[in-house]
Amino acid sequence: MALGNIIVTMKVTPKPEEIRFDPVKKVVDRSKATNEINPADKNALEMALQIKERYGGRVVIVSMGPQFWDQFILMGIAMGADDAVLISDRALGGSDAFVTSKVLAAAIKKIGNYSLIITGEESSDGSTGQVPPGIAEWLGIPVVTYVSQFLEVGEDYIVVKRTIKGGSETVRVKLPAVLSVELGCNNPRFPDFERLNWAKTEFKLTVWGIKDLGLTEDEVGFKGSLTSVTELRELRPRERLRQFIEGSPEEIARELIRRLGLK
Amino acid sequence: MSEWRGIWVFVEQDDGELERASLEILTRAGELGGKFNEEVYGVLLGHELSGIAEEASRYGADKLIIVDHPELRHFNSDAYTEVLSYLINKYRPRYMLLPATRNSRDIAGRLAVRFRTCLSAHVISVDIDEKDRRLVTAVPGFGGNIVATVVCTGGKPEMATVSPGTYEARAGSKRAVLISETVPEELIKKRRIELVGKERTQMIDLSRAERVVVAGLGTGGDLELINEFAKLINASVGVTRPLADMGLVPRDYQVGTTGVSLRAKLAFVFGASGAPHFVYGIRDCGTVVAVNTDREAPIFEHCDYCIVADLFEILRALIKELRGG
Ligand SMILES: Cc1cc2nc3c(=O)[nH]c(=O)nc-3n(C[C@H](O)[C@H](O)[C@H](O)COP(=O)(O)OP(=O)(O)OC[C@H]3O[C@@H](n4cnc5c(N)ncnc54)[C@H](O)[C@@H]3O)c2cc1C
Repeated sequence: MALGNIIVTMKVTPKPEEIRFDPVKKVVDRSKATNEINPADKNALEMALQIKERYGGRVVIVSMGPQFWDQFILMGIAMGADDAVLISDRALGGSDAFVTSKVLAAAIKKIGNYSLIITGEESSDGSTGQVPPGIAEWLGIPVVTYVSQFLEVGEDYIVVKRTIKGGSETVRVKLPAVLSVELGCNNPRFPDFERLNWAKTEFKLTVWGIKDLGLTEDEVGFKGSLTSVTELRELRPRERLRQFIEGSPEEIARELIRRLGLK
Repeated sequence: MSEWRGIWVFVEQDDGELERASLEILTRAGELGGKFNEEVYGVLLGHELSGIAEEASRYGADKLIIVDHPELRHFNSDAYTEVLSYLINKYRPRYMLLPATRNSRDIAGRLAVRFRTCLSAHVISVDIDEKDRRLVTAVPGFGGNIVATVVCTGGKPEMATVSPGTYEARAGSKRAVLISETVPEELIKKRRIELVGKERTQMIDLSRAERVVVAGLGTGGDLELINEFAKLINASVGVTRPLADMGLVPRDYQVGTTGVSLRAKLAFVFGASGAPHFVYGIRDCGTVVAVNTDREAPIFEHCDYCIVADLFEILRALIKELRGG
């Protein structure tokens, strides 16, 4: 048995602790935030690489975003992915999860011969978690969300463990299928230094615009989206006392117990 | 074709266990239905449902649609999506609300694409616009720090998944009329996901605990003193994401955006740095006490009593003191 393409979707996200909110203009300022590969997508890539090592196939990264994401995608290549496609188009700005899943699904169709599509459970910025089931629906294939482990891959199926309330369930799903993997379910490997050099000098990233996917401007971006953001506000942190209690551990313990009425 | 009318709430169950968040949403739907003159429907799929149906019928719905089938006993994203699609096509609801649980988020994502309709994810408020009757929701992003007001601009039913704990579930005296539906067999049979096994333990619901002691990565995964202290003050134990990732405790005990939001009157946080995704989970707590060796840790901006010290020393002292010195 040989698997076809194992496609990993990847997003680049700003670190949430470095995001600022401009209360006057009511916009999110990401300019000072460090960008990183969305943490859960690294777990997705790691799972894809492990499946490839055991069962064959070709790992292909698909991403939708601005051109400068190429440096992050090369990191994915350096981790071991075989190929990568970046869908980059000005018309894509403002796309909601509905459009994002449509565009990614169109790219996956174009790449073709896929056995698995592996995504992170959600992105650390938008965090809707609805892109993975959306992709599955566009492609007409099943999805298993919150996968923590793969157990077995057969001719036309995969057996995975998924997290549910109070525990886990093991399911066998027909291929091709979409899996969304849980953040932190594995330890993503580090990029291989030599491979990174190769990626930077010889690897050629494929870049597609929406026309390459047979999509029109009306179908994507703000125009194609079915939700619209009318206002942004900051969720003000709750006012806290922020009192420091000092002393020896015993003194601190006594003081806490007294103030909190624990005894 | 009839016009799109009514508010639907997906009443989630798995293997006979009712998802409480669905009752919270039913209560909210009942309020909205009364205000906007829309009929409120609960939709329940599963097997041997009489107990759950009885429970769900008391939370504000006018009608409760029930599909009872042995193959629907366990949640199955494939089969559930097919059955719900069939029902949506038959009844044409204008709005559809689901709990933002793992299982319901899965089917909501599928249904939104299938019906080419809008979906707001894990919202912390759901309303209907007075003027144009569009669904208006509040959606947190960027680790929960920033909230967007999101309106539906296209598609029906207008959909949202609602975060557990957003509304209070209130049973009333009104009972929903039960409607038994049967759906074509092939919808259920053509599923491509087979359940092989299931492991579940009974969980305490951390979101409802009055006192919680949270262990962060600063504990190094050593929860012995944490557990001992929690027992002494009659508190439940929660953890930050890295400890759940390590598999030390089930995911249900994780606090934060991708875990549980606490509503405790008193919460202790030992050895957590205070990342936004975590802090989101303690924002509704009454009093928060944090212990961290790093005076600059962001957690100190989000607590009432700040203690710069080794957490194990403080725990030992607390335990000793509570045991009578
Ligand atoms: C999409 C996404 C979702 C996420 N969801 C969640 C979530 O729901 N919940 C969550 O918790 N995280 C979540 N995270 C992860 C989050 O960003 C942080 O990585 C995590 O909260 C850090 O956990 P921590 O504070 O326990 O560990 P660390 O950040 O490593 O902090 C450990 C702290 O312990 C202190 N310490 C060490 N030793 C001691 C000692 N002996 N005594 C006292 N203090 C000590 C250190 O000073 C440090 O501040 C999410 C991340 C992403 C990207």
